[in-house]
Amino acid sequence: MVTETATRNLSYIQAINEALRQEMSRDPAVIVMGEDVAGGAGREDQGIIDSWGGPMRLTKGLITEFGADRVRDTPISEAGFIGAGVGAAATGLRPVVELMYVSFFGVCADQITNNAAKMRYMFGGKITLPLTIMTGMGAGLNTAAQHSETLYSIFTHFPGLKGVVPSDPYTAKGLMISAIRDDDPVILFNNRQLMGISANVHVPEEAYEFPIGKARILREGDDVTLVGIGYTTYIADQAAGLLADDGISAEVIDLLSTSPMDEETILESVQRTRKVVIVDEDYPRCSVASDISALVAEQAFDYLDAPPVRVNPPHTSVPYSRPLEALYMPTPDKVIDAVNEVMG
Amino acid sequence: MATTTIGIDRDTLLWMYKTMVIIRRFEEQSKREADAGKLRGMHSSIGQEAVPVGVCAHLRDDDYVLGTHRSHHHCIAKGLDINQMMAELLGKSTGTNKGKGGTMHIADIDKGMLGANGVVGSNIPVATGVGLSAKVRGTDQVSVVFFGDGAANQGTLHEAMNLAGIWKLPVIFVCENNRYAESTPVEYSVAGESIAARAEGYDMPSVIADGQSVLEMYEIGGEAVARARAGDGPTFIEAQTYRYHGHFGADDPLAYRTQEEEDYYEARDCISTMVSYLLENDVLAQDEIEAIDAAALADVVEATRFADESPFPNDGELTTDVYISYA
Repeated sequence: MVTETATRNLSYIQAINEALRQEMSRDPAVIVMGEDVAGGAGREDQGIIDSWGGPMRLTKGLITEFGADRVRDTPISEAGFIGAGVGAAATGLRPVVELMYVSFFGVCADQITNNAAKMRYMFGGKITLPLTIMTGMGAGLNTAAQHSETLYSIFTHFPGLKGVVPSDPYTAKGLMISAIRDDDPVILFNNRQLMGISANVHVPEEAYEFPIGKARILREGDDVTLVGIGYTTYIADQAAGLLADDGISAEVIDLLSTSPMDEETILESVQRTRKVVIVDEDYPRCSVASDISALVAEQAFDYLDAPPVRVNPPHTSVPYSRPLEALYMPTPDKVIDAVNEVMG
Repeated sequence: MATTTIGIDRDTLLWMYKTMVIIRRFEEQSKREADAGKLRGMHSSIGQEAVPVGVCAHLRDDDYVLGTHRSHHHCIAKGLDINQMMAELLGKSTGTNKGKGGTMHIADIDKGMLGANGVVGSNIPVATGVGLSAKVRGTDQVSVVFFGDGAANQGTLHEAMNLAGIWKLPVIFVCENNRYAESTPVEYSVAGESIAARAEGYDMPSVIADGQSVLEMYEIGGEAVARARAGDGPTFIEAQTYRYHGHFGADDPLAYRTQEEEDYYEARDCISTMVSYLLENDVLAQDEIEAIDAAALADVVEATRFADESPFPNDGELTTDVYISYA
């Protein structure tokens, strides 16, 4: 009998990379495309290969293991290569396409919202579209308004698209694998700050799925429910730790999937704690936070001791200047203020 | 006005040389600031100075320039104040954008700089609209858009070239082909014999220029600006150039290109070849060159002091400028 005692730590980047490697080994239909996913393309004869391994280094080593046929650097042509991912997915491949920053989705929005999201429905269910788009996001790194947005909410609006937002290396690996194996288009949102945080969580070596559409309870509590999404789960959990010192027992729900969304886990928790604070780095209007707030107000109204409170950034673009950006971000202090508000 | 052997007046030659040197010193300092952790995501334009300098020498304040994520050189060539630029890099309230845009989004409408832009190819249609505006308003203003070889593969370029072509707009498309889209070599990413060749499909005059030669950029830019001002439509310039540093400063370019290639381009450096030209043609003496260099360095030192001593924006700035009035 093997008893697993040691914790196997991987960084967020290593976890995604391992998931890609394992799925590419398992299934020859899995290909990877994107800008600089290998780097230095076309210079293998000069001994140059894999010089980048992706803008966030998520795809490092894939080309040396799987070859340039399956690991393709693309020109900077998002409409072209995201659209090509749709066509390839419709005809037998399982492409993983990297959109470097989610703010660039506007360049290829038509391919995502009119083709990827709608083709199966429009065609009467006659195709599957196993496309995975992975994309970087998140503020706090001094990269200004066009490289710092947290845009998962807008994709949640479209039927036909699935959205997953890992919160640590464990969920990153499991959700990446689930996204690749899923027969619908899935967008995997990678927060850049999480890539720099060393999380002490166990990441099994074998391939595993984390179910799309399921939240998890990261910390159990009785007094208030905190809902986090990706990086804000980390913030919410920090706040919960501080609240515990003050004798407040906060339950932390790690949402993980924005679409489909695990309504049951949220409602069950709120019915117990009777209070909810939703922490979301996306813009406040028409956000996942406002969606959860509506869900709770509509379906758990009679259980609530206080109205739901949302912790979002203000309705403004992400500022460049560091002091302003620090004000912009959701923080544990802001979460604690919100908790104090709902606790009365 | 004194005119040199190639028909460029002395003042213009001096302006072009001095502006290239200021860009070089500014970018060296920007990199120091980035290395010291005072900003992130600095895309150095060192090596590419001649391209915007040669073109912008023909522009007026009321002409427009639009740029890219790598645009400090465009901004300086268009006459922006380097004190305000350095303050913007450090996120200070005295910056060109009040500290809210940063290195990738520098803009100064009064100087005709309608913005650097962080999304590849995003500014090209906007520049086309600027040309449309000049045409509809009946002015002789010119719109110049700088973009890289990476942007040559965005659909926006093709749609914008077609619009500029059918409407004969005063737009100059300047592709700064520095051979790399991040780490991806141009010979891998561009189908066809050249980027300039793409303009032929839109019946647009096009030229491949030596982007390391400010004199050639001046000559070719002059023809393009004259064509646009005269109402004779757009021009496409592919300026072949080279960025000496990595894509964003923290990456090592030797991971995807050779030392030999770097040496080749640095031997044709736009500033050192201009020095040779100025000396050999008796436009300037060695001590005059040195005086210009010293003055440029002093200007950048002053810009850095100004930026360092400037305050960060007030907290309230976080939510201003979202709309014209936002309580």
